[in-house]
Amino acid sequence: MSNQAILQIKTLYKHFPVAHTVKDRLARRPHQVVHAVDGVSFDVARGEILALVGESGSGKTTVGMNILGLQVPTRGQILFDGHNIADWAKGRLRPDGSPEDLGKLSRRRQIMALHRRAQMVFQDPYESLNPRQRIFDIVAEPLEIHGLVSNREEKQARVRAALEDSGLVPADHFWNRYPDELSGGQRQRVVIAGALVLEPELLIADEPVSMLDVSIRAEILTLLQNLRLAHGITILYTTHDLATAGYFTDRMAVMYLGRIVEIGPTIEVLKAPCHPYTQALVSVAPVPNPRKRRKRMILQGEVPNPIQVPPGCRFHPRCPLAEERCKQSDPPFVEVTQNHKAACLLL
Amino acid sequence: MDQFKKIWQTFISKPMAVVGALMLLVVLIMALFAPWLAPYDPQEHIDVSISDILAPPDAEHLLGRDDAGKDVLSSLIFGARVSLIVGFVSSFFSMFIGTTVGLAAGYYGGRVSNVLMRFTDFLMVIPDLPLMLVIISVWGRGLWKIILVISILYWTYTARLVRSQVLSIKERQFVLRARALGASNFRIIIRHILPQVLPLIIAQAVLDISSSIIAESTLSFLGLGDPMLVSWGMMLNFAFERAVSRMAWWFLLPPGFAIVWVSLAIILIGNALEEIVNPRLKTHHLFNPRNMVSLLMGKPPLVEPEPTPEVGT
Repeated sequence: MSNQAILQIKTLYKHFPVAHTVKDRLARRPHQVVHAVDGVSFDVARGEILALVGESGSGKTTVGMNILGLQVPTRGQILFDGHNIADWAKGRLRPDGSPEDLGKLSRRRQIMALHRRAQMVFQDPYESLNPRQRIFDIVAEPLEIHGLVSNREEKQARVRAALEDSGLVPADHFWNRYPDELSGGQRQRVVIAGALVLEPELLIADEPVSMLDVSIRAEILTLLQNLRLAHGITILYTTHDLATAGYFTDRMAVMYLGRIVEIGPTIEVLKAPCHPYTQALVSVAPVPNPRKRRKRMILQGEVPNPIQVPPGCRFHPRCPLAEERCKQSDPPFVEVTQNHKAACLLL
Repeated sequence: MDQFKKIWQTFISKPMAVVGALMLLVVLIMALFAPWLAPYDPQEHIDVSISDILAPPDAEHLLGRDDAGKDVLSSLIFGARVSLIVGFVSSFFSMFIGTTVGLAAGYYGGRVSNVLMRFTDFLMVIPDLPLMLVIISVWGRGLWKIILVISILYWTYTARLVRSQVLSIKERQFVLRARALGASNFRIIIRHILPQVLPLIIAQAVLDISSSIIAESTLSFLGLGDPMLVSWGMMLNFAFERAVSRMAWWFLLPPGFAIVWVSLAIILIGNALEEIVNPRLKTHHLFNPRNMVSLLMGKPPLVEPEPTPEVGT
C-alpha cells in the first residue's frame, strides 16, 4: 500500500495559539492552543478519491492547507510521493535521493514543485477568483508562475484544453469574461480549470460544492469523477455532506474535533458505520425515499471547544453510548474489517 | 480596463465632479499654453518708471502691475505651471512611497508592519510645516527640493489607507488560491492585491495634489520658494509685504483666488472619485451633509430609507 500511496499523513498535529493577553498573563493562565488537527494519520493511494467528512471546525480544511504547505504543521509528517512536506514548509531540507531529486531543490523550488503536482479547489467560488482578472488570465496564471509555456499559442492551447476539460465549452466564449459575469457553477469550473491546467497528480477539493445550488452539485462531482477517469488524478475531497461523499468517493474518513474516528471504504462506512458519531451522521443523512422511516440518532449538545478537548474519548460528552471508561482512555483504532478501522472503545 | 470605464461613467454623471474637472482644465490650459496666453514674459527685463509700480489695472495690464512693474496677469498664468508641477509630481511620489510602505506593512505584517507604521506615525505627528521649513533652509531653495520635501512628508496617509485595505484583501480566498498555485509574494502583491486598492490610491493621490499645491504656496509665501520661478505663493508673499499697505488688491487677490480655484477643483474631483471607489462614504452619517448639520445642532440624524436591494440576480 505504501508504495502506491501518493500521500501519507503520519500523526499530523496543527495547533493554533490563542492570543495570550496581559490579563491572561497576570492571572497566570497557561498559553492555550486550538487543537485544529490533533493526531491525524491516513494514506491516499494513487488514483483514489478519498472523502474527508466532518462538521465545520473538525479540522478537515486545515488538513488540506497543511498538505499544500499553506500552513506549517505543529508536528507530524506529510509525505507527498515520499517527500516530507512538513519539513519543506518549515524550511528544512531533507535530501533523500528520491527519483526526481525533489529533496535536493531549494525550499522555494520544492514548494513550487509541490504546487505543480498538488492543487486545491476552494470552497467558495465567489471568493476564490480575483474579480479584476479575466477568466483567461486566471487559468493562465499557474502556467506563468511555473514557466510552463514559452509562447502565446501554447498558452492558449493549454488554457483552452483546461477550460474545456472542466466543462466550459467553447472556451473562447468564456475566457474574455470577468468572474462576476459567470454563475457559481461556472466559477467553480474555472477554479477547477485553473488547478487542472498544471496537470496535477493530487487535487484537494475543499468542500467544492457546498456553496453551490443543489442542481449544480452533481455536475461538479461528476466532473471531478471524470477527471479521475481521464487523467488518473488523486482527489482528496473534504465535505460535511455524507450524501455527496457517498456519490463518488472510494474511501471515507470521518473526522471529529481534529481526529479521524472512522476510516474505510465508502460503501462499508455508509452501510455499516461502526463509530457512534458516524452512525449519527449516517442516520440523519437525507434519503430519496420519503416512505422509508429510519430511527434517527440526534446528537445532543455542541461540538466541544477545540481549546479544551475533553479527556478520554473526545466524543464521549455527546455519545449516547458513552460509558465510564470512555471518560478515562483515548480509544485506539480497531480494525473492523480489512481496511475499515474505527476509534471506539465499545468495538 | 472595464473597471476604469465604469468609474469614468459614474464620474461624469456627478455634476460636482464635472465642475471640478472643468475648473482644473482651465488651469491646465493656462499652464500648458502659458507663453502664448500671457501678454508679457515675466522673466523679461523691463525698464519701469515710478508710476508703473503697483499700477492699477488698465487696458494694457488687465490685472495691473506688481511691485516690480511687471504684469500681474502674466505672472499668474506662469504661476499655474509651478503649482501644477509641484502638485502632480509630489503627489505622484508620495503616492508611490505611501503605496509601497502600505503594501509591505499590510502584506507582511508583524515586525515589518510595526517598524514601518511606527515610522509613519512618527512622521504623522510631527507638524509638517516647521519640518519643511527646517529642511528647505538646510537644503536651500529650489523647485525639485520643494517637490522632494513635500513627497517625503505627505505619503503617510496613503500608507495607512493602503495598509488597512491590504489587511482585509490579503485574507480573501483568491489570495490563498494564488499561494496554492505557487505564486511568489511579489506576484501576489502586484497581481492580486494592488489592483484591488489601485482605485482608492488614485482617489487619494488626487486629493494629495491639492495639499501639495497648498504646501508649495505656503513655502513660497514664507519666502522659501524657488527664486528662479514665479509661483502663486511667492506672488502672495510679495503682495503681502508690499501691496497691502497701498491697497493694491489687484496684486493680492488673483494669486489667492488661483490657489483656492485649483485646490477646490482638485478636491471636487478627488471627493467624487473617492465616493465612487469607496461607496461606504456615501452612506456614512458623518459624510452626509444633511446629517452633519443635524448632528451639529444636536438633533438626531435623519435616517434615509435604505434603497431596497433588487430582488433576483
